[in-house]
Amino acid sequence: MTDMEKIDARGLSCPQPALLTKQALKRAGEGEIEMLVDTMTQVQNCSRTAEQLGWKVSYEESEGIFEIRLRK
Amino acid sequence: MAKPKDIFASRIGIIIVGLAIGCIAASLQKFGNPSNMGVCVACFTRDIAGALGFHRAGIVQYLRPEIPAFCLGAFLAALMFKEFRPRTGSAPMLRFILGMFAMIGALIFLGCPWRAMLRLAGGDWNAILGIAGLVTGIAIGVIFLRVGFSLGRSYTSRFPVGLAMPIVMLVLLLLAIFYPKFSETSALFQSTKGPGAMAAPIILSIVAGLIIGFLAQRTRFCTVGAFRDLILMRDFHLLSGVIAFVVAAFVMNLIYIQFNPGFTLTADDGSVSMQPAAHTTHWLNFCGMVLAGLSFCLAGGCPGRQVFLSGEGDGDAAMFVLGMLVGAAVSHNFLMVGSQVMAPCAVVIGLIVVFTIGITGRSIPVLSR
Repeated sequence: MTDMEKIDARGLSCPQPALLTKQALKRAGEGEIEMLVDTMTQVQNCSRTAEQLGWKVSYEESEGIFEIRLRK
Repeated sequence: MAKPKDIFASRIGIIIVGLAIGCIAASLQKFGNPSNMGVCVACFTRDIAGALGFHRAGIVQYLRPEIPAFCLGAFLAALMFKEFRPRTGSAPMLRFILGMFAMIGALIFLGCPWRAMLRLAGGDWNAILGIAGLVTGIAIGVIFLRVGFSLGRSYTSRFPVGLAMPIVMLVLLLLAIFYPKFSETSALFQSTKGPGAMAAPIILSIVAGLIIGFLAQRTRFCTVGAFRDLILMRDFHLLSGVIAFVVAAFVMNLIYIQFNPGFTLTADDGSVSMQPAAHTTHWLNFCGMVLAGLSFCLAGGCPGRQVFLSGEGDGDAAMFVLGMLVGAAVSHNFLMVGSQVMAPCAVVIGLIVVFTIGITGRSIPVLSR
């Protein structure tokens, strides 16, 4: 897990966080990916994209930053 | 670890909100707002520019309370759900320019994406050209996004940055309510004829605006994101809300006997007139919306969405909204509205500027290990 891919999508406008999610998931195929976003909107957008591709989504927030974990 | 669970974020949530906005828009028309305009963000921002004296088109000057109410409704929703976050720094000047040209393009068609849908729902077939242009513009924007277009990151900022736009909108709302006129020749201006003289009772407009702002902030309703997500992501989520919006407005128009199909209207005595606030120069309807669609797509959302974002503290979206206000004044002052003489020139200049922004937009590093 040390080389887990981590994507920093903080501060990016729609649809970039979701697009980055899609590109990363397609690239990885399976495994675990971590994303950083800073609005609930982007948590929802990234989650929707990941779930459509069959990935499991969880997230946690600390100080306004959301850390999303995607697994397949 | 929590999982996102939110009725507003669900498919059914956005469909219900789309239906609600469609019903409200058609009803505002029934109660006095201009035909097929309902809650057009471009038209109403243009009317506000006129009321403030930024342009001199006498028939479209009225300080529409809907737009400030949109922003304040979104502001309240963001506060209630702890989503208010002051932020800025993502190319604000470019967003201002995109807002200007989005407005200039939209006013050539005579309506933003919201009104394009409402015109379709009211039977104005010129909207088909506008929507085709809109989708084309968005599709071009998607090409830029695919190759990594970005206006860069925004960063969390100080509180006044996020609060500025809601305060400006609150002042506008108070002006709309009290409508002061400081002298015979000074603002606020108010049309005595034309679309600017048509308005639903102000209390209805304010309540409707607040409800729409609140619901749209929660669901992220976006008429540009709808087509963008479909083309780019094969994601129907936002589009299902927009379809619900059109269907609801269409059904309500039938009920209110506001549905009049055709490219033009033919009266009982055989005389032919234009659809309300519309023209039949098809290529301009199409190209104006290509410009608008591309501008909205590069900025990350439709005009309504930009207003809602400005309410939740996004200072960059606020710059886009101010750009729209200035764009409206430029459009009218330089005869670039509808099929006016300078409209073709505006399309060409606008496309050159916005393409340049698209081409020079760089992707930014997002990967870390």
